[in-house]
Amino acid sequence: MNKPLTTREFAAWQRHPEGCAVPYAVFNDPRYYLREQTQIFRGETWSFVGLEAEVPLAGDFKATFIGDTPVIVTRDEHGALSVLQNRCAHRGALICREPRGNVPHLQCVYHQWAYDLRGALKGVPFRRGVRGNGGMPESFDLAHHGLDRLQVETLNGLIFASFSTAIEPLRDYLGAMVVTSIERIFRKPIEILGDQRQYMHGNWKLYAENTRDPYHASLLHLFHNTFGLYRATQTGATLLDPQHRHTMLYSKAATSDAKADAEVYKDVRSYDTGFKLQDPSLLAGRSEFEDGITLVILSIFPNVVVQQIANTLAVRQINPNKVDGFELVWTHFGYADDDPEMRAIRIKQSNLIGPAGLISMEDGEAVEIVQKGVIRDADKASYIAMGGGRAEDSAHLVTEASIIGFWDHYKTIMNIDDHPA
Amino acid sequence: MELQYRVERLLANYVQCIDADQLESWPEFFTDDCIYRVIAKENTARNLPIAAIFCDSKRMLVDRVVSARHANIYEKHAYRHIVSSTVIDVPINEAVVATSNYAVYRTRTNGVTELYNTGSYRDEIVIHDGAWRFREKLVVFDTLRVDSLLVTPL
Repeated sequence: MNKPLTTREFAAWQRHPEGCAVPYAVFNDPRYYLREQTQIFRGETWSFVGLEAEVPLAGDFKATFIGDTPVIVTRDEHGALSVLQNRCAHRGALICREPRGNVPHLQCVYHQWAYDLRGALKGVPFRRGVRGNGGMPESFDLAHHGLDRLQVETLNGLIFASFSTAIEPLRDYLGAMVVTSIERIFRKPIEILGDQRQYMHGNWKLYAENTRDPYHASLLHLFHNTFGLYRATQTGATLLDPQHRHTMLYSKAATSDAKADAEVYKDVRSYDTGFKLQDPSLLAGRSEFEDGITLVILSIFPNVVVQQIANTLAVRQINPNKVDGFELVWTHFGYADDDPEMRAIRIKQSNLIGPAGLISMEDGEAVEIVQKGVIRDADKASYIAMGGGRAEDSAHLVTEASIIGFWDHYKTIMNIDDHPA
Repeated sequence: MELQYRVERLLANYVQCIDADQLESWPEFFTDDCIYRVIAKENTARNLPIAAIFCDSKRMLVDRVVSARHANIYEKHAYRHIVSSTVIDVPINEAVVATSNYAVYRTRTNGVTELYNTGSYRDEIVIHDGAWRFREKLVVFDTLRVDSLLVTPL
């Protein structure tokens, strides 16, 4: 199962002399998809499964996915979190059939097998039979039939789980760059503001590329340009963790003062279109981080993006459910101590992001036009070289370095042979 | 019955405007200080505020249209709204309050038509300069999982 994918079995991964070449098969071949479920989502990774604020109380549960495996996040009466496979130990039925709720214990509806919030089996109907008939064998032991438990760790309210029992600690897996960035955004208690769900008809890795691609931002997402809001003095950087699993893109606006921004926006006209916002209150905001950073796209391998875009804060969970489709779940949040005006700012600015987001909706289109384009010629490849063609940090955003980093790590974790052209 | 007829006629004109791709006229169905909120049912059910689209002025609606026409990138498509079961509720602050069901079919460039989104409208309607307009239009969608993206108004 874990032997390397070779050119005989799969399309060639040619090492390009000056960049990265990704064979189109990787977006279409169901064998890649199946291998990813084993090697990535159920392998040596930590997957994001939710925010602690989504399950604040004893008995709260959230049903979600890691890859395409259904899992449940629970909080028990001691406040402890568990992540369990959402599958009854009896005949495999889903235990939680709703996305969220609060229950005293978990129970399968099929034969009413009952589990505690940690997944331990507590009761089986008719275990001793009915009037001498039926019943489980004498050797049946509740302790051997609990729900499958995953490893769980949290960082500042983000819950991660792993199928691996040999996985390194979460902080080590994330590395200093990601930990620092999470601690920055999740610096105080949060308030969940709502979810948005978007289904993209493309392979999940096209979205992984997209969120590691600062090159496309000002070219595909034309909202700011169209309304004359492009900030030429914006500065930023593209950073990778040492193992190239994760990426952080960030930028600072030239001005980070809300009033100054509003003043600048008020009369600015676009070079291209002559349009200006009729109601600039959409972009009214506040500077809330001392570092002046106004945009962070933190892509954590394999399945979550943490974002700060102006005053919008969100996590985006990526749930692949087939080779050419995945659901993106946006969970928006603010801080528990936001004043009413700040809360209103976040709610209004959320027009910018999500499936109807004025600056984000195009990502769905980008994913889908690539998926449609690469349907055949499995061994032909994309060409990724902007910024120099190597996976390295860049003090700018005109680069695809972090996409190359993603594929470097992908090949390692998928155990794919790489060979010279 | 007169009221029912007027409300249903307003709704019919509203969806005909969108389905005929006359988006430039779409903001005219609203008052200047309108609320237009398109929000997932799972959020309203939990009393959570995040909406897919939230506009609190007619000017924001105009900005949405300009963005859709000139900025946003998406596959061309057409809608067909089906609106039904309109119920007139108790008036609020002199506004007619009406709740309706809607279904929107979307046809993409490949000619395939699919059921794109269903939900309910909760409208607050006022007479403004002799015309019936939405002071508030709350669109609560059942189809939590937005297919590809949402750019054309519901």
